[in-house]
Amino acid sequence: MMIDSTVVELSRWQFAATALYHFLFVPLTLGLSFLLAAMETIYVTTGRKIYKDMAQFWGKLFLINFAIGVATGLTMEFEFGTNWSFYSSFVGDIFGAPLAIEGLMAFFMESTFVGIMVFGWDRLKRGQHLAVTYLVAVGSNLSALWILIANSFMQTPQGASFNPHTMRMELSSFTDLIFSHDAQAKFVHTSIAGYVTAAIFVCGVSAFYMLRKRHTELARRSFRVAAIFGILATLGVITLGDALGFVGGQAQPTKLAAMEALWKTEQGPMPFNVVAFPSQKDQTNHGELQIPYALSLLVTHSVDGSVPGVDQLEAMAKQRIRNGIPAVQALQTLSKNPEDQTALATFRQHQDDLGYGFLVQGYQHDLSKVTDADVDAAAKATIPPVAPVFWAFRTMVAFGFAMLAFFILAVVFTLRNNVERRRWFLKIAPWMIPVPFIANEAGWLVAELGRQPWTVYGVLPTWMSASTHSVTYMVFSLAGFVLIYSAFIAVEMFLMVRAIRRGPDDHGDHKPSPALTTANAEA
Amino acid sequence: MEIYLILKVVWWLLLGVLLMGLAVMVGMDMGVGTILRYVGRTDLERRVALNIIGPHWDGNQVWFILGGGAVFAAFPLIYATAFSGFYVVMLLLLWSMIVRPLGFEYRSKMPSARWRNVWDWSLFISGFLPMLVFGAAIGNILQGVPFHFSWNLTSYYTGSFLALFNPFAILCGVLSVALSSMMGALTVMNGAEDAMFQRARKLVMVAAAVAVVLFALGGVWVHAIDGFQLVSGPSGNLAQTPMQQTVTQASGAWFGNYSAHPALWLVPLVGFAGVIGAALAARAGRSHLGWWSGALGWIGVIGTVGAAMFPFMMPSSSEPSQSLTLWNATSSQLTLTWMVGFTVVFVPLVVWYTSWAFYVMRGKVKPEHVAADEHAY
Repeated sequence: MMIDSTVVELSRWQFAATALYHFLFVPLTLGLSFLLAAMETIYVTTGRKIYKDMAQFWGKLFLINFAIGVATGLTMEFEFGTNWSFYSSFVGDIFGAPLAIEGLMAFFMESTFVGIMVFGWDRLKRGQHLAVTYLVAVGSNLSALWILIANSFMQTPQGASFNPHTMRMELSSFTDLIFSHDAQAKFVHTSIAGYVTAAIFVCGVSAFYMLRKRHTELARRSFRVAAIFGILATLGVITLGDALGFVGGQAQPTKLAAMEALWKTEQGPMPFNVVAFPSQKDQTNHGELQIPYALSLLVTHSVDGSVPGVDQLEAMAKQRIRNGIPAVQALQTLSKNPEDQTALATFRQHQDDLGYGFLVQGYQHDLSKVTDADVDAAAKATIPPVAPVFWAFRTMVAFGFAMLAFFILAVVFTLRNNVERRRWFLKIAPWMIPVPFIANEAGWLVAELGRQPWTVYGVLPTWMSASTHSVTYMVFSLAGFVLIYSAFIAVEMFLMVRAIRRGPDDHGDHKPSPALTTANAEA
Repeated sequence: MEIYLILKVVWWLLLGVLLMGLAVMVGMDMGVGTILRYVGRTDLERRVALNIIGPHWDGNQVWFILGGGAVFAAFPLIYATAFSGFYVVMLLLLWSMIVRPLGFEYRSKMPSARWRNVWDWSLFISGFLPMLVFGAAIGNILQGVPFHFSWNLTSYYTGSFLALFNPFAILCGVLSVALSSMMGALTVMNGAEDAMFQRARKLVMVAAAVAVVLFALGGVWVHAIDGFQLVSGPSGNLAQTPMQQTVTQASGAWFGNYSAHPALWLVPLVGFAGVIGAALAARAGRSHLGWWSGALGWIGVIGTVGAAMFPFMMPSSSEPSQSLTLWNATSSQLTLTWMVGFTVVFVPLVVWYTSWAFYVMRGKVKPEHVAADEHAY
């Protein structure tokens, strides 16, 4: 029984679309929560009310974004079960645990205290409220930690092994699972990317006010806090991005080959492709602009390190596919007779390549009929789509350095106290706001598209992971998401732009806001 | 010591606790959404109702998220089979639920009456529909769900979408809506005064009456449907798949556990007593007492289903012998052990700070405060 490949494709599109959409809002929550805490800390330690106004104004924008982040996060939890049911039962023993712990340790904290943060200004002492704000920030960042631990299992699976008695992957070491190097590098890289996002957002909006000479006091101080926060964060993102490339390069060679459009394996020192036009079909780049030595330095952190290219990776994949076929066949025997010792021995011998046996089943379901052509096709499929991964990676990196340049200028100007006179800079700043969002999405693409054709790298192929739905169901759900999510983002952008345009004046204790007076009149 | 067996039972109980937490905590917020347009006649009254649960709905909703996460971690086969099998219903549940956070946060951001009206209806749907689906899902599980597995445990659902809306499932769905409306009304009584308090009081009594009748009727009906019996299977202490057991169906089989252990009748009794107690307390104007009594009622109702079905969790109507039980659908011993550890540490912590949050926000929500406070919903 094969799953219709259209259903798999539609399930992938749906997951990618809903995850990318969710990931538009999450980074801002991660970063803005800490910026709110920073502003409130200054308020509590200095007692200057302007910082309370700042925390409250940015807090209002935080909530508009937070609501939609919470809402679209629910979708992610549902989708593993609704659309990736085989994935869920096959690795749920491992993957489910960090998700449940995320709820228990992080979501409860974040969600319980966010209510108190919003409603508790007049009910708590200053110090208490500050603690609550920090708990919101810590909670949201902890949830990022646990979801990235779960994600890292998909990227570099460790701490698990296959149990032929239960026909699934099972946890073998919880500590191996949570202390994966990929998880650590990715958590810091991703959460700090959120801080950068929030810093750019605050700088951009503040610059807009300074340009219009509105709320200048609040804008100037917000700009300074965010610029300093932002430059530290950007340096962190770039450093950890390098660490992530280093870790990932060893654990996921096919992703690395795609990121660098590296078709042929060569002796080091290897050059880095700054620009290339990769062709998956011809397995070559049409036109390259290279920096000598750079790839070896970046990936192996040595001058003459060698990095495996597509040719070598495909040859290795063929070997593993041929090795994986008997593993799957032995499992089929074991499913009928769990006591079959010969089958068990065969399985044990080949179990490391089980995933590759599953992979080739996507091309020939009956493994006794697998041909050389099937093996070739499956081996070719172990290389993710090179051009999109290559370009997504370069977009992310280029935007990262653009933001670094922006923050260097922002810090220099704000420390010299003359940012308001740099009108050209104030004009650029609001246009920087989309940059981190695009970089975040590009980063997601590198990580998840670069993982293909696997849901769990080398263990479980994507084609097997999907639920056995009909195309009609998938069209229905995809259409529903497009409709609802389009409406959501329209409403969110409308309210966000409106709240920014109105500015902080209807916030604070100065005067009743026009919105509320009309509301009262209507009531 | 049969440690794995004990862990499986512990996780079955913990899942029960989570479902009860979900029903009580999320149910009351959704109940407020369901009755919003009735208890609140003016915009300001509706805002009072929303602000009563305003500081807490997000935290409460985590019971739902954690419920899903715990099923995923502790019962991956059930998570996979139920979520994919009930695909369209799950999407309706999801879509109605994801509108809710936006309803709370965005509703009062614009003064326009039409804007607020649209969000009020969204809050109604996102309160009513999920609770209906929650009950209907339990109703379907009691009757068995048409699914089976292939050799590698890929699950196949063979039922239709419309078949999920059968009369018994709808009865269970309406029971769940009635209980959540009752809890929502009690919550409004806790936080509101005057006319709203009186309207909510009336609602508690109506909803409790409906719930008692439906719960009793459901009990009689369950007698007539085919329950499931585990005839043979591997020991509960062993790792196993749903392919290794024999299961039969028989009318009235869901009462087997009650006949074997008559003490279990206390569980449905708690259900009835809690709901009736909630109505009586509401009549006397003692809404806090009513809230706790109503929560106990919910716990009794869910416990009744659990006690009837043990050890079944999701029986298959098309391949009864591939039914999912707590013996064959749990995670490995190691995963269950770690998860117990995290639960023991964090659930008390969560209960502690949730109580603190309710303590901080205690007291009545005054309309004049809502009108003047721009943090308010």
